Amino acid sequence: MGWLWESLNSSIGKKIVMAVTGIFLIIFLIVHLIGNITLFFGPDAFNGYVSTLDVVKPLIRVIEVVLLAVFIFHIFNGLRLWLENKKTQGGKFFGKYRVNASSENSSFSSRTMIISGSIVFIFLVLHLGTFFWRFNVHDPQGYADTHQYFFIVSELFGIWWYSALYVIAVLLLGFHLNHGFQSAFQTFGWNNKKYFPLIQKFGTVYAIIMALGFASMPVYFFFFYGGNL
Amino acid sequence: MGNNNINLTLNIWRQESAEAKGDFEKFKVSVSPDASILEMLDELNNKLEKEGKIPIAFESDCREGICGTCGLVVNGHPHGALPKIATCQLHMRNFKDGETLYIEPFRATAFKIIKDLIVDRSGFDEIQQAGGYISFNTGSAPDANAVPIPKEIASLALDAAECIGCGACVAACKNSSAMLFVAAKVSQFALLPQGQPERYERVQAMIAKMDELGFGSCSNTYACEAECPKGISVKNIARMNRDYIVSKVTKETV
Ligand code: HEM
Repeated sequence: MGWLWESLNSSIGKKIVMAVTGIFLIIFLIVHLIGNITLFFGPDAFNGYVSTLDVVKPLIRVIEVVLLAVFIFHIFNGLRLWLENKKTQGGKFFGKYRVNASSENSSFSSRTMIISGSIVFIFLVLHLGTFFWRFNVHDPQGYADTHQYFFIVSELFGIWWYSALYVIAVLLLGFHLNHGFQSAFQTFGWNNKKYFPLIQKFGTVYAIIMALGFASMPVYFFFFYGGNL
Repeated sequence: MGNNNINLTLNIWRQESAEAKGDFEKFKVSVSPDASILEMLDELNNKLEKEGKIPIAFESDCREGICGTCGLVVNGHPHGALPKIATCQLHMRNFKDGETLYIEPFRATAFKIIKDLIVDRSGFDEIQQAGGYISFNTGSAPDANAVPIPKEIASLALDAAECIGCGACVAACKNSSAMLFVAAKVSQFALLPQGQPERYERVQAMIAKMDELGFGSCSNTYACEAECPKGISVKNIARMNRDYIVSKVTKETV
């Protein structure tokens, strides 16, 4: 299996790992957003949805472990690529261009993947530490024990800085996805004159739906639900 | 010395050697709009030599955009901001009187600086030597259409073969990746019947060499395509990725 290890650690191999894990995360986000939409239909709809997931808990746990592994691979390889690629730009006597015109030959999203990714990561830690923890491990308010998950959401999204960070993070995720979606296809080698423009447009539409979709929830709860307005 | 000359301020990168510290040196020049940027540097060097100063080291050969020897980063763009030209084809009429130019070498760890604006691009030769050829003798010119090649395929192969190996893709890339260059060299053979026998060994060997030499990986920013003097498409990179995956997954040769 030495060849496999070697291949996955080549320059293209590392990108293939990024793309495979990225696509997996892209699919996960779709499922996650669809589930969360039940929040807009009130406490019963959302609590019912989460309780239904409880019924298939073992399956959910397996998916969570896979998801964790996927995230670890994606983040580990993303950091590795970033660190390695920094070293390619010339030594201390040579360094970077004094005049940089990269904004004229490449997209903003594509040059800032490590920044958007890192902020999504910080968000992810907070997200797991609040939502995931209270849903699954321990809820000081006791909502989770009585399956009133909805109130955990409305409570957290009532906190202004929490909601603000949430919105910022998912908007940056939008940038990450806007580049990442089509980038993954290019990495797989699926770039063709006929369908690649479609993939690019589809990726942008997907990124907008995800960013606005996930941002709509904190906005809804902060301004319209808890009566902060 | 027509009076339609334009006056420019040049900030040119000077560096003694790979280990020396480099910096910009400022020059004021009056230049004909019909001169190319290399001719402007020639004139400046004549003047410097007359004054007993050390001329600016830069490379050039054919001066008609086909050899790939010249390569300067002008105001942040490899080969200047105009699309699809080499540095030698960049004429001063594209600049305004009074403008300030920053002229830098192609910067990358894998392109060690030799002096001033000259960098060592022999890494590209090494990548070529790793597999950028077909190792059997093709003999004299075969009869036309003895081996039928569809027009579409021939065009794609010729587009890839347009690569002049100048290194602008590496210079433009935030990762100093050589993917566009290697992809062009891989594609020109991968598309044609003569390239088939060694197709999958070739892609593996050239990529292994590219990685070994310290070029970065591809983040798909597509800056390379935008700056390439020949407009080599990133679709070649996709083709190379595809061949790489196929070779790793389905071929027995490692
Ligand atoms: C739900 C979350 C995420 C999704 C859906 C996602 C998706 C993607 C996709 C599809 C790509 C393109 C892969 C390619 O170019 O072939 C990508 C690239 C990247 N991701 Fe993520 N990502 C996510 C989270 C993160 C996180 C948390 C990080 C943290 C470091 C990160 C860092 C990166 C980096 C650095 C790249 C660019 C790699 C390169 O081209 O050099 N991503 N991501």
